Amino acid sequence: MASRLWAMRTASYLRISAPYRGFATVIKDLKYADSHEWVKIEGNSATVGITDHAQDHLGDIVYVELPEEGTEVAQGASFGAVESVKATSDINSPISGKVVQVNTKLNDSPGLVNASPYENGWIIKVEINNADEEKKLMDHDQYTKFCEEEDAH
Amino acid sequence: MRGTGFWQLGQSITRRLAQTDKKTIARRYFASEAGLKKTVLYDFHVANGGKMVPFAGWGMPIQYKDSIMDSTLNCRENGSLFDVSHMCGLSLKGKDCIPFLETLVVADVAGLAPGTGCLTIFTNEKGGAIDDSVITKVTNEHIYLVVNAGCRDKDLAHIEEHMKAFTSKGGDVSWHIHDERSLLALQGPLAAPVLQHLTKEDLSNLYFSDFRVLDINGAQCYLTRTGYTGEDGFEISVPSENALDLAKALLDKSEGKIRLTGLGARDSLRLEAGLCLYGNDMEQHITPVEAGLTWAIGKRRRAEGGFLGAEVILKQIAEGPSIRRVGFFSTGPPARSHSEIQNDKGENIGEITSGGFSPCLKKNIAMGYVKSGLHKAGTKVKIVVRGKSYDGSVTKMPFVPTKYYKPT
Repeated sequence: MASRLWAMRTASYLRISAPYRGFATVIKDLKYADSHEWVKIEGNSATVGITDHAQDHLGDIVYVELPEEGTEVAQGASFGAVESVKATSDINSPISGKVVQVNTKLNDSPGLVNASPYENGWIIKVEINNADEEKKLMDHDQYTKFCEEEDAH
Repeated sequence: MRGTGFWQLGQSITRRLAQTDKKTIARRYFASEAGLKKTVLYDFHVANGGKMVPFAGWGMPIQYKDSIMDSTLNCRENGSLFDVSHMCGLSLKGKDCIPFLETLVVADVAGLAPGTGCLTIFTNEKGGAIDDSVITKVTNEHIYLVVNAGCRDKDLAHIEEHMKAFTSKGGDVSWHIHDERSLLALQGPLAAPVLQHLTKEDLSNLYFSDFRVLDINGAQCYLTRTGYTGEDGFEISVPSENALDLAKALLDKSEGKIRLTGLGARDSLRLEAGLCLYGNDMEQHITPVEAGLTWAIGKRRRAEGGFLGAEVILKQIAEGPSIRRVGFFSTGPPARSHSEIQNDKGENIGEITSGGFSPCLKKNIAMGYVKSGLHKAGTKVKIVVRGKSYDGSVTKMPFVPTKYYKPT
């Protein structure tokens, strides 16, 4: 979810001017990357999506660019993109491994990412190859605080 | 057309973001934010949930609580109120203001009836576009025009330089920059019925591009039936001390149906209407002919020339330009500006200048420049987004039919 997304960035710098925004949901069992993706790790399988905070900043998502099954993804590296009406944003993988499944429902219904970012709007499932990488990610308390700090900027 | 450099600005920010430490950028951004100009409606925008962003030196709302999608749809269904006070209103006055302006723009200004106006282009010596502008002949000795916020300094310097030369030869022209006024754009099907509540003058005989000085909500306003959305609507130049009251009155009279709308939806709306954004779709090196605006070059001007770059432009009209601005539909992710356009052999044939997802059509639309010969509607192209090429086709614009109020 990095940087090509200027609208979201510019808007978030000015978040002080927009105090109305509601609190985004953060789920307890997940781990979070500072580029606003979540990962749910079960054994050596990981499900990846973008956070409620991210989808809220992006607005209506109109396209999700998915990788192919079998693609290798690396922690912190881009594997796809989400597009809203006015902005494009990379999706980075919070964890390294091989893509074993992609959420093809997003091809026809990209809005699932807005409606259900942690459930039906999941993006890829990864077979992980280095469980230690999880330690570099934030837990829900850290991520909540991270979002607050980012919004304050 | 209006609004300038908005998305370009965004791209340059994000390009820097990609290269530099994010916190440095954030700090730098903050610093520059302090120097942003504010319209008289700034606090009103913030109070209404406006997300304020830097735009052409101003702090402007990119959107309010409604999503860009909802705002765009509501403009076409009901209506939108935009604060466009960052744009620069200007009056040229004097016996010779018309011949003077005709040296700088492609329009047949002399041929306009008083109280009417048109879209025009300021050109440079090479025939490229310095800016686009809506101009109005108020009287034979008074022209009112509005130029892009992002082009203000450049345009004013250009006009001033030529005005000095013109007056030194005895020409009678002077200017007034309307910094004492604010500009509101009221657009959409409810624009006319709502505005009619606030003025005694009959708006039903004020047609697209017409202009009138009149009392609206107790203040003397300059009213132009024009806009940047493809809808019927108005741009209202109002004394700044009356702007907030007028904005509130317009929203109240619509019973909540006309909504405050930000620059994000404004850009979607103008793209759907096939209108150029100066700085993206039109630039210094692009001529009005290449930009598909030959219709804006008055017939008399085509015969006589007499504006900057006329030789280049008249030659292009005669021989055809080498590139042309066209519209596209495409599959896959929305094309954005600078996406490459290829033919089916993978050879470069042009570049996208604006693109996005159309909230009304629910598909990707874009405009850009292709080589002449490949500009016909139906021509199949490939558009490259993040290294992958997607199918597209050249399409007539506007993408969404325009609804300008014209005599039947």
